[in-house]
Amino acid sequence: MIAPLFVLLALLTVAASLVVVLHRNPVYSALGLVTTLFLLAVLFVGLDAHLVAALQIIVYAGAIVVLFLFVIMLLNLQVEPRTLAPAPLVVTGAVLGGALGVATLGVLGRDPLPLAAVVGPGYGGTEPLAERLFTAYIVPFELTSVLLLVAIIGAVVLGKKRLS
Amino acid sequence: MLTLAPPAWYLALSAVLFAIGAMGVLIRRNLIVMFMAIELMLNAVNLAFVALARGMGSMDGQVIVFFVMAVAAAEAAVGLAIMLQLYRSRATINADEVTTLRW
Amino acid sequence: MVTPETTTLLRWIVVAPALGALFALVAGRRAPRLVAWVGPGVLAGALGLSIAAVLALARQGEGGALLDPLYPWIEAGGFRADATLRLDALSAVMLLVVTGVGFLIHVYAVGYMAEDPDIARFFCYLNLFVAAMLILVLADNLLLLFVGWEGVGLCSYLLIGFWYTDMANAAAGKKAFLVNRIGDAGFILGLFVLAWFAGTLDVQGIAAQAETLRTAQLGGWPVPVVAGLLLLVGATGKSAQIPLYVWLPDAMAGPTPVSALIHAATMVTAGVYMIARLHPLYALAPEVLTVVAIVGTVTALLAALIGTAQCDIKRVLAYSTVSQLGFMFLALGTGMPGAAIFHVVTHAFFKGLLFLGAGSVIHGLGGEQDMRRMGGLRRHMPITFWTMLVGTLAIAGVPPLSGFFSKDEILWGAFTGPNPQPLLGVLGYVVAFLTAFYMGRLLLLTFFGAPRAAHAVAHDSGHGHGHDQGTPHESPAVMTVPLILLALASAAGGALPVPAIVETVTGPHGAHAHAPFWALVLATGVALAGLGLAWLCYVARPELPERIARGLGGLYTLVAEKFRVDELYDRLVVRPVFGAAERLATADRALVDGAVNGAGALVAESAQLGRRLQTGNVQHYALGVLAGALALVLWVAR
Repeated sequence: MIAPLFVLLALLTVAASLVVVLHRNPVYSALGLVTTLFLLAVLFVGLDAHLVAALQIIVYAGAIVVLFLFVIMLLNLQVEPRTLAPAPLVVTGAVLGGALGVATLGVLGRDPLPLAAVVGPGYGGTEPLAERLFTAYIVPFELTSVLLLVAIIGAVVLGKKRLS
Repeated sequence: MLTLAPPAWYLALSAVLFAIGAMGVLIRRNLIVMFMAIELMLNAVNLAFVALARGMGSMDGQVIVFFVMAVAAAEAAVGLAIMLQLYRSRATINADEVTTLRW
Repeated sequence: MVTPETTTLLRWIVVAPALGALFALVAGRRAPRLVAWVGPGVLAGALGLSIAAVLALARQGEGGALLDPLYPWIEAGGFRADATLRLDALSAVMLLVVTGVGFLIHVYAVGYMAEDPDIARFFCYLNLFVAAMLILVLADNLLLLFVGWEGVGLCSYLLIGFWYTDMANAAAGKKAFLVNRIGDAGFILGLFVLAWFAGTLDVQGIAAQAETLRTAQLGGWPVPVVAGLLLLVGATGKSAQIPLYVWLPDAMAGPTPVSALIHAATMVTAGVYMIARLHPLYALAPEVLTVVAIVGTVTALLAALIGTAQCDIKRVLAYSTVSQLGFMFLALGTGMPGAAIFHVVTHAFFKGLLFLGAGSVIHGLGGEQDMRRMGGLRRHMPITFWTMLVGTLAIAGVPPLSGFFSKDEILWGAFTGPNPQPLLGVLGYVVAFLTAFYMGRLLLLTFFGAPRAAHAVAHDSGHGHGHDQGTPHESPAVMTVPLILLALASAAGGALPVPAIVETVTGPHGAHAHAPFWALVLATGVALAGLGLAWLCYVARPELPERIARGLGGLYTLVAEKFRVDELYDRLVVRPVFGAAERLATADRALVDGAVNGAGALVAESAQLGRRLQTGNVQHYALGVLAGALALVLWVAR
């Protein structure tokens, strides 16, 4: 009963991701990416991961993809005559990628996973996440802040007009 | 509360998205689009983590997703800055035209 | 049985010449004159100490011994080898010969090598040699004996090739060393066998293990036989017997004092001494003793025959030495170690004398060594002549000189000794005849007849000569005095009761029968016949040797070419070894070097292949990552 909704969302997500990967125009690829991210956020909600869904929209769709679009426009990218890489690479990539997908699906199919556990009403909210984040994962949290600092500095330096 | 579908289906979707992303990295010339495909792969992994977290009833998976997002943001910032520089010096962002670091 | 007395005297006898060598090594460049005094001086010191030691030994009475424990040398598992020096009746005799004759030869060498710029190096080697020989003689343990054994071999090599700028001399030294090595290999194997089965290499210890050794077996052979034969191989190398005698004639390339000391009086007797020392072992294997006797006799005969046809004065003496050593082996083989050592002593006297005399002749002629270019020298070099006459009579075995007595002991012992070999005894008389003949020939060719020496002889033996080479002249006193002393010893030495002394250690104990009168007459007759034939051939009827040689034709050529033994060895051994070495060298280059270089080339090639992975294209790298991920998934999912 609920399943059809999931199937619909899944198909839409796959379609959007295909747009990202296959479309000639990079701007359309970026738009495809936004769509994919939104749909993923919906799927997160379906998994009771409300905070993560919100973060997905804010951070990913709202910041990262915007960054992409800025860069695309900054570079004034045009549609290229040849979209795809040389044939051998395309073939190999498609085959290997396909194989990876099939293999993973095969593994999943072989060992059936249990149904979802029963969770309390606060699951997926800010408080449980924060509780986990600031106790058991406090060190990665702090390190991540350092990482972000480094990234900021790197991006600023690398983005300068002239690197002397 | 029940989920939309059993977590296993989500994992299957995650696998498909990951494969599509992987193919995307290899198929396209444009470095920006390749980067987008990488972001796609990261999101596929996020999906998997959230699904498994829900499956086990734990929040740890979502914490990891939190970190992945932070890292992806940092990575996107730096990576795009590099591509800016690359464009400025080489006037191209085609993967097969930036191959000087070779044998 | 008298208990051995411990003393520290013996070590100084060895140390003295060693210090002399060290002095010559260090101060030789700056003070060569001084070395000419120190060299013989340390020998005089060693001689003095030796006499003192022997007197101390004599005070102990029969069967006594002096021990000088230097230090505990090897202690590994159950095996023990101590560096101990031992002076008993046997080693005392050898000791006095080495230091006494050695001293005289050192004095002689001062004159002989006076104009040689390398005189310091000469005395360094010579002193070193004496030190090593003394270690050999005084060693109580076979391992220590072997140290001395190797040491004398080394010094022999150094001294034969003393004038090394001439390749022929260097080659002769190399030949001596290599041939000795073969013998040494046998010696070492013999030591292994003894150490394994007797558990010790102490001479006394081996004797005590006689019962164990008697019944022990190695590969189906009794151990005493195996050990005895292996040690015999070593002895044939050092003492120049068949099959390893070929180095001795070539060793004449060295300076004549070297030939006298090393290749006549001392080193070559080491093999004889070793077998005499190990008489308890050889008593357990009488068959080996028979082999010893046969080897000795055949060698003696062969060498004597070759000696009759040689024209170089030193070569004749060299083959004569080989032949006389054969006599000593015959004595050992018939169970008469006392007679063998007696002959060692008398041989040291007269052969040392003969060599020094030959050196005097060579010196007086400015380097000439070919007897066909000598003659009539007795007027110019009277002292040399008279002393060499004494030496010749002694070696021929004319009574009452020393050679007569020692040779008679051996010949008679061949018939009546503990291991009689009558056939070999008869051959021994034949050899005695030949000995007298070729020695007479040497004397007559050199000192009698018309002078055939060319004026202003140009010889490149490396022997420097200051004054004019026109007229042959007598040598200086420093050379003739040792000659006279050795001549006296050769004449009177027969009176020394050497066999009796030696046999207090080696047995056979108790007096043995002396030869009857008729045997003495026979021996004398043989000697005189040989000398007479020489007189006939080289004085009375000089055309006779030519006719005999032509009459014998090919046989004579064979003898003159020393039975082509060297050529035979060359074909049988030397060339195959070189051939194998060439092949191995090629294999080494191809396989070993090829493998190593190939490994390097392989790495380089694979690196060249590997670097092509670095295409610079990120998508290719991503492909690799993807492939790896796929592999991992498949692995996990297996």
